[in-house]
Amino acid sequence: MSLLEARSISKSFRGLKAVANASLEVPQGGIVALIGPNGAGKTTCFNMIAGVFAPDSGEILFGGKRIDGLRPDQICVAGIGRTFQIVKPFAGLSVLDNVIVGAFNRTKHLSEASRSASDILDRLGLGPKRDLPASSLTLPDRKRLEVARALATRPTLLLLDEVMAGLRPTECDLMVEVFRELNAKDGLTILLIEHVMRAVMALARHIVVLHHGEIIARGTPQEVVRDPAVLECYLGEETEV
Amino acid sequence: MPSIDLIANVVIAGLLTGLVYGLMALGLSVIFGVVRVVNFAHGEMMTIAMYAAVALFGAFRLDPFIAVIPVAIVFFGFGYAMQAGLINPFITRPEHSQFMLLVAVAIIMVNVLLMIFGPSALNVQVDYQLESYEVGKILFDKARVFAAGMALATSAGLFIFFKHTRTGKAIRACADNNLGAKVVGLNVKHLYALTFGLGSACVAVAGCMMILLVDVTPSLGPGYTLLAFVIVIIGGLGSMPGALFGGILIGVSEALAGLFFAPSAKSMFGFALLILVLLFRPQGLLGRKL
Amino acid sequence: MNSRARILLSVLGVVLVLLPAFAGNYVISVATLILYFAFVGQAWNVMMGFAGQLSLGHSLYVGVGAYVSAAMFVNLGIAPWAGLWVAILVCMALGAAIGFLAFRFGISGVYFALLTIAFAEFTRIGFDHIEWTGGSGGLFLKVAQREQMDLLNFRGPPAMYYYAILALAAGALAICAWLLKSRAGYYWQAIRENEEAAQALGINTFRYKMIAVLISSAMTAVSGVFFAFYYNNLFPEQIFHISRSIEIILGPIIGGIGTLFGPILGAFVLTVLADSITEVLAYFGVEVPGIKQVFYGVVLLMVVMFLPHGIWPTLARKLGVTKS
Repeated sequence: MSLLEARSISKSFRGLKAVANASLEVPQGGIVALIGPNGAGKTTCFNMIAGVFAPDSGEILFGGKRIDGLRPDQICVAGIGRTFQIVKPFAGLSVLDNVIVGAFNRTKHLSEASRSASDILDRLGLGPKRDLPASSLTLPDRKRLEVARALATRPTLLLLDEVMAGLRPTECDLMVEVFRELNAKDGLTILLIEHVMRAVMALARHIVVLHHGEIIARGTPQEVVRDPAVLECYLGEETEV
Repeated sequence: MPSIDLIANVVIAGLLTGLVYGLMALGLSVIFGVVRVVNFAHGEMMTIAMYAAVALFGAFRLDPFIAVIPVAIVFFGFGYAMQAGLINPFITRPEHSQFMLLVAVAIIMVNVLLMIFGPSALNVQVDYQLESYEVGKILFDKARVFAAGMALATSAGLFIFFKHTRTGKAIRACADNNLGAKVVGLNVKHLYALTFGLGSACVAVAGCMMILLVDVTPSLGPGYTLLAFVIVIIGGLGSMPGALFGGILIGVSEALAGLFFAPSAKSMFGFALLILVLLFRPQGLLGRKL
Repeated sequence: MNSRARILLSVLGVVLVLLPAFAGNYVISVATLILYFAFVGQAWNVMMGFAGQLSLGHSLYVGVGAYVSAAMFVNLGIAPWAGLWVAILVCMALGAAIGFLAFRFGISGVYFALLTIAFAEFTRIGFDHIEWTGGSGGLFLKVAQREQMDLLNFRGPPAMYYYAILALAAGALAICAWLLKSRAGYYWQAIRENEEAAQALGINTFRYKMIAVLISSAMTAVSGVFFAFYYNNLFPEQIFHISRSIEIILGPIIGGIGTLFGPILGAFVLTVLADSITEVLAYFGVEVPGIKQVFYGVVLLMVVMFLPHGIWPTLARKLGVTKS
């Protein structure tokens, strides 16, 4: 059963086609990675799914219902959480308060939101830092905060935008573990954009490759790695396996 | 219903005054457009320039057209110093901080003027203020024509500077792409200060011209600040012709509103126009799309 | 709030409530002024400190609130307690219009500030020409005997006004404290910090920004009504002037935007400062118009340059009242 389905979505910016007739599917409980060289259109796809802008044509279905054209906040309420490529913490608020904002998506009460936020912070290893101002965190911690905040909205689908960028291999592995656990224990479905192949190979059960706005390959990691079209355009440039 | 001749005279007068407004707004456009500082003290600077002209006239019988030179030079230096010394650290601070910094400067300026010159209106009295050129039934006040001419000449000078000199192009580069400018080795801090200096010099010239047309009191400051912003936004941020065009538009509509409605209602047009432009065409009438 | 803060607040509360018992009329009037600025500063703070929208035209709501209630009183004999609600509704409608236009069309930052200034200025000039409210000549309320307390028409001794504004300021503080801890409070802070991230977390930013504007304009309307019945005369040139708008925001900025006690502290510092300066200057025989404002400007400059978050956060830490 597909949780998320994008049917032939396209987007142009001032005449330049960023995404052309892309179709992809994320099964319930699955982990799908969207990869491709820089400028391939990955973030544009994300932004269409997350409601930042609507596709010029095509449809996006979530749980069978159309979500293309909805506002970002409506998309979140529907059950899709997202992180940003360039992290956007609420710098003036504490770590805990940042996550509480997310938790309020599912409850109106501060006590409940606070408890929920605390639990998530503990799960991501940020518990001890809960009262620090978000602005004082290092980059890896900020990334974890970003994820915690999105998780606090209790999404069924989590969109991760290059969350591993800038992390050392050990930090990257830790994050991968967290996601694996969320997927296995909580049934969280994940769609991620990623350049760090280490994380992609470790996490994804299914990969979709985007190049110049078009999907050029899809399949299991093993299939994609051997696909000549993919090797030609992408894996030849830079690999970190 | 006023006669065509009267309307024509009023429109011409408004147009000429508008050019001086335009020069003042040009100074702000340059500052706001490049350094991205909301110069809330712009109108106060204009007022100071007007007082400077009054003082020089009173002390040395210096015609404002000559006083322009020392005043502009001093203003340039002052603007440069203010940007480099005071405002520069605020570029990365939140917007309201910047605002309040310049509001504080504006408050200090207005009240220092009040302390020095007192609240009564002052002006300069030169012979040609009472003379005019006649073209058919239309009267062109000499003072207004000269002032407008000076405004045009100064604007033209500024256009040429930005379009054809290396420094001018460097400044435009900073405005377009701050980081890129730094990467190619431009001394952005110095160029910003230079820009503020140039903008201030524009205000200096505009002020010296304005004193030929109206009397000055310390309280004129905030009104001119607002006017400058209205013109810049209507004409379009980043567009130098836009500032002049906006100035003319405001000058003429002010004059006509004064004729057809009450004189006090003339600024209402400007604000109404500002609201409409902000809503429907925020890049202004001649500006680039944001 | 920790126990230290609770104690300090209680002491302050007791002092304020008992003030008229041991202070003369002059002190009462100064205290009334402080509380007035604390109240209206708190109202402005909701829009700026909570939702991050810089309004430089708040004099619009003070003026409209004042004029609506005063005109209804003078022309129609309607008591201020009824006129108050009309004033609030009118100001909320104005706020809603400005907010809608701004947020719908994506106007923010300095453009939003300029928009608010434009509306205030437009109204200032407009009121010069409205005969029903006295035009530029002003609107005057009859000053009845100050000794008698006429609560219905809100006329009476200075102490009555003092308690009224004290109640308003305390009420505003309580409302803001409650709001800050509510979901709306968190959402506002999120919007203020990073609107895009807030949206991604399910916050309907348009709706919450509008709510902040509505609350802010309603509260400011009330301050306008107080102003009208306390000062008994209104002039468009004065009450809508941009200096009024700047006066309103000086307190919160100096005290600390977005904090609960910032506006109050700021109002206190400014009023006391202004009065002390006048006293000191009078002592030295200096009577130069404008010198007081120059000091204002310098203080503002110092605060903006060296204490960008306002005085309250530093003071709170020194007093030991913040949770650590």
